[in-house]
Amino acid sequence: MAEITTRRENGVARVSGPVYLLLFPVPVVLFIAALVTDIAYAKSASIMWLNFSEWLIAAGLAFGVLAAIALIVEFCASRAIRAGIGWAHLVLFFAALVVELFNMFIHTRDGWTAVVPTGMTLSILGVILALAAVATLFTVPVTWVVHRKLEVVS
Amino acid sequence: MNARTIVAVAACLALGACESSHDNFDKSTQYGPDPQLPEPSRALLPRMNVSKVVGWQQGETPTVPQGFKIEAIATGLSNPRNVLALANGDLLVVESQKNGKEPLERPKRKVMDIVEAKAHGGTGSGPSNRILLLRDSNGDGKPDSQSVLIDNLNAPFGIVLVGDQLYVADTDAILRYPYKMGDTKVGGNATKVCDLPAGAINHHWTKSLTANADGSKLYVGVGSNSNILERGTIAEMNRADILEVDPKTGAYTVFAQGLRNPNGLTFYPGSDVLWTVVNERDELGPNLVPDYMTSVKRGAFYGWPYSYWGQNVDQRVRPQRPDLVKAAIKPDYGLSSHVAPLGLAFYTGGSFPAQFKGGAFIGEHGSWNRPERNGYKVVFVKFENGKPVGQPMDFVTDFLKGPDARGRPVGVAVDKTGALIVADDVGNTVWRVTANGATS
Repeated sequence: MAEITTRRENGVARVSGPVYLLLFPVPVVLFIAALVTDIAYAKSASIMWLNFSEWLIAAGLAFGVLAAIALIVEFCASRAIRAGIGWAHLVLFFAALVVELFNMFIHTRDGWTAVVPTGMTLSILGVILALAAVATLFTVPVTWVVHRKLEVVS
Repeated sequence: MNARTIVAVAACLALGACESSHDNFDKSTQYGPDPQLPEPSRALLPRMNVSKVVGWQQGETPTVPQGFKIEAIATGLSNPRNVLALANGDLLVVESQKNGKEPLERPKRKVMDIVEAKAHGGTGSGPSNRILLLRDSNGDGKPDSQSVLIDNLNAPFGIVLVGDQLYVADTDAILRYPYKMGDTKVGGNATKVCDLPAGAINHHWTKSLTANADGSKLYVGVGSNSNILERGTIAEMNRADILEVDPKTGAYTVFAQGLRNPNGLTFYPGSDVLWTVVNERDELGPNLVPDYMTSVKRGAFYGWPYSYWGQNVDQRVRPQRPDLVKAAIKPDYGLSSHVAPLGLAFYTGGSFPAQFKGGAFIGEHGSWNRPERNGYKVVFVKFENGKPVGQPMDFVTDFLKGPDARGRPVGVAVDKTGALIVADDVGNTVWRVTANGATS
C-alpha cells in the first residue's frame, strides 16, 4: 500500500509502509520554500534571498536523491508498493528532481540572472511537478485517509 | 520550437557547448583601446579550466625572446608575489599568503574553494607573510645573500620606499617602518598609517601600493569583495577603489572608483599620471570582460559593478544605476579577457633595446574561467608619448607546461642594472631577465 500505517500489536505501536513516503515530502517542501525565496529576491533584489534559494535547492536535491534511492529500491522490492505508489508518481518526482538540478546550476550565477527569469521559471516548474507527484498519491478522499489513520492510532 | 530544436538546446545546455561564437573568438581583437566585446553568454555551468600547479623542475625556466636571458635568482620561497627594486640594487621580495577562508554564504563557495586551492597549489610550506632582502654584494647582478627584513606580516602585497620610510600594505593596514637604503634591518617597529578594508570575506585581498613623486601621498588599490556585487553593497565599502592616503595623518579619500581589482599601481616615469592594471569580472563568457591597463583619472568611475568598458550594462546587478553608468569612463588599453594582470612596471632601465624604454611590463597571473587558457606570461606594451601603442608582445612565457602550471607571474620590477625582475607566486621563484651583451 502506498501509505504509512500504524497499528498496535501486543501494546507495541508498529509502523509499516514504504520508507520513501517518509522521505519524499522533505524535498517537496524545500523546493516550495525555494520558490518563495526566489519570489522574495525578485521583489527585493536583496542578495540574502538568493543565498537562501541556493541553499534550499541544494538541500532539496540532497534529500531528493535519498528519497529517489529509497523509491527505486522499494519499487524493485515490492509489487504492492509499485502498484500503490504508481509509475506516474515516479516519473513526476524524477522530473521534478531533474528540473531542480538544472535550477541549482542556474542559481549558482552571481546576482539577478540567477533567478530572473530562468531560475524563477525552473523553480515554478519544479514545484508544479513535485506537487503533481504528491497529487497522484491522493487517489482516495483526503478526509477519509485522515479519519482512518486516527482510528487506527486510537 | 520543434522537437529537434528542443533536443539541441537541451544537449547544449547539458554540455555547456553553446558558446561557439566565443570559442572561435580571436582574442587579439581585445588588445588596445577599443576591444571587441561579444554578447554576454553563460553555459549552464561556468566553463572553468584550472591549471594544476606542478612547479619548476631543476634547470627548467620560462622562455624569453631571442637576445634575452632568464635565470632564477631566488628559489624555494613561499609565494613571492611582489618585488621592490631599490636604487642601490637591493631587491625587497614580498612573500604573501592570505590567511583564512571566505565565509560559506552559499553552496557555490565550496566549489570555489576547491578551484582556488587547485590554482594556488604551489603554496610554499615554509614561512611566508614576510619581506626578504636580496643583495648582490659582488656586483655580478645576481643576489648572493638573502635575509629576512620584516616578518609576521598579514598578507602583505604593496611596498614602496619614500625617503627613509618604508611603507608596506598588509591586507588590512598600511604600515610604516623606518628604513635606510643599504641597511639589512628596519630601524624600528611598525607604525600603522591607516586601516584598509579587509574583514571576514576579504575576497580580493592584495593591496597594491605606490607613492607620488614627492612622497606626500600614497595610493592604494583595494579590490572588490565579490565578482559583481553578489555580497551586497555594504561588503564593498571603499572597495573596487583606489584610495589616496595622507601618510602623515592616515586620512584617505577615494581617488578613483569602479575598478574591480586594481593592482600594479605605479606612476608613469617623470609624470604625475597614475597607472594600474585591473582584473575585470567573471561569468559573462570566455571573452568578457577584457582585463585592462589604464591611466587613472582623479574622481573617475570605471564602471564596476554596474557596467563594463564604458556603458555596457551588467544585467546581473540590481538595483541598476543608470546615473553611474552614464558617468563611467573607458579604460585605456585592453589586455584580453581573464588574463588576470597583477603586476605593472614601466621600463626605466638602459640595458634593454631602445624600443623598451618607457614601455610597460605586465605580469599576467593567468585565467581559470575560460576553456582556453589566457595569460600565464609577462607581456610588454610599447609606449609612445606616455600612451600605450600597438599590440602586447609576449615577453616571458612558458609558465604553462601542457595543461599544468609550473609557475604564475605576479609582480614585476626593473632593477638597478635594467634587468626585469618577475615574482612567480606558485613557482616560488624570483626570475631575472637580462639582455644578452648587456653588462649585468
